[in-house]
Amino acid sequence: MTLNTLKRTVFTVLFLSVFSFGFAEGSKEGGEDKEFDAKEMILHHVKDAYGMHLFDWNDHPISIPLPVITYTDKGLTMFSSSAFHHDYHGHEIVERNGQKFVNVHEKVYVLDEGASSVEFDAEDHPTNAHRPTFDISITRNVFMMWVSIAVLFLIFLTAARRYKKSEDNVPSGIASFVEPLVLFVRDEIAKPMIGEHKYRRYMPYLLTIFFFIWINNIFGLIPILNGANLSGNIAFTFTLAAITFIITTFSGNKNYWQHIFWMPGVPVPMKIFLMPIEIIGMFVKPISLMIRLFANITAGHVIILALMSLIFVFKTVAIAPVSVAFSLFITVIEVIVTAIQAYIFTILSALYFGMATEEAHH
Amino acid sequence: MDLITPEFGLVFWTLITFLILLFILRKFAWKPILGAVSDREEGIKDALASAEKARQEMENLTADNERILKEARAERETMLKEARDLKAKLIADAKEEAQAQANKLIEQAQTAIESEKKAAMAELKNHVAGLSIDIAEKVVRDELSNKDKQLKLVENMLGETTLN
Repeated sequence: MTLNTLKRTVFTVLFLSVFSFGFAEGSKEGGEDKEFDAKEMILHHVKDAYGMHLFDWNDHPISIPLPVITYTDKGLTMFSSSAFHHDYHGHEIVERNGQKFVNVHEKVYVLDEGASSVEFDAEDHPTNAHRPTFDISITRNVFMMWVSIAVLFLIFLTAARRYKKSEDNVPSGIASFVEPLVLFVRDEIAKPMIGEHKYRRYMPYLLTIFFFIWINNIFGLIPILNGANLSGNIAFTFTLAAITFIITTFSGNKNYWQHIFWMPGVPVPMKIFLMPIEIIGMFVKPISLMIRLFANITAGHVIILALMSLIFVFKTVAIAPVSVAFSLFITVIEVIVTAIQAYIFTILSALYFGMATEEAHH
Repeated sequence: MDLITPEFGLVFWTLITFLILLFILRKFAWKPILGAVSDREEGIKDALASAEKARQEMENLTADNERILKEARAERETMLKEARDLKAKLIADAKEEAQAQANKLIEQAQTAIESEKKAAMAELKNHVAGLSIDIAEKVVRDELSNKDKQLKLVENMLGETTLN
């Protein structure tokens, strides 16, 4: 039994209920484990992983194995993450397709030719292994993303069917729950930000990112899913911000580009001075979107996990009520944050589209 | 540093997943939902507009009714006035005519009375003249029964009558 499995147990259970201290304490007779490292534990929870760990049962981690897919110069290789046997310290070597794969802190490395085990440098980076050219594994974040879109399909396709069934377009069932949210995006986000005449084109995108971000924020808070922190992952926020940037750039009209390259209504030296600022601003906007969502969601997870870590840092269960109380408080705030961050991402995207399509009014 | 480096795998899957999500939701969810909502809103707007129109028409109708009523009232008023005037005129005319008739009758009556009176007077005169003659005859007969008296009378009469 390792402290890691213990930690996972405790965190899962603590996330779920206050009444599980006895169990957590009971299994705390670990013994020879190394010192508890809160930072490492938190980063492991916040970052992506190859398997979907659910909980531990009788000191054995129960997880959903997910496919590891890599592309190297030897071609595409695919195997189940269960081949690593929950190891992420590079001990377990998986031989597939004539290559040796190891899992080092939830990153797949390919051992160099001739190497038989991973060697680490002072900073804990492998020295005799390299990352595959492309690593397109179905990680737990990808898996949760697919779960989330399945849920979105279920909700919204059902809602849409409700309208088709009803004769007078009156919402019923799930549609009456969905409609206020859809109308909120339309009336409070798209219309005021983009304008009455042009908002229609952007509605599908705005609605999709709003609900996509929101549901993944919520999923990130569900304890049993063990913090599949998709919307707190920079790759996810980067992709969405990049799509917003592309749409903004492609819908930019003459007026938009004029404001960037040759600001109207100011003297020529000022125009030259403003141009680089505006060009930087073009990229800063999506970057701010990316960082805001990532940082907010990750921060929420880190705070909750750090509060939980107090129990292990102080090595006493007496601190548990404080930890639980605080993390409960933070979790409640996070529930609000899930919606707020989805709203902010959507409204800022809409604002950028509105700026790109705004007509000159001088 | 690891935390803030986007990983290719997740970017790749996020992009693909998001595009699929966007495509399917756009076609099978957002279009029907937004369509239904805007249809309904149009319906409500139309209903409101027609209700407003109906109200306007109703108002117009009421105004028309009011106007017609007013006109009718005014007409009645004038008719009544006319009738009253006519009545007064009729009465006045009748009075006048009656007066004229009466005057004429009175005049006729007066004329008749006058002529009757004249005739009566004439008859009375005749009668009185006859009576006078009778009386005179009797008196004369009586007077002239003795000679003295006859002479005296002649003398008187001659005395009265001055020869000129």
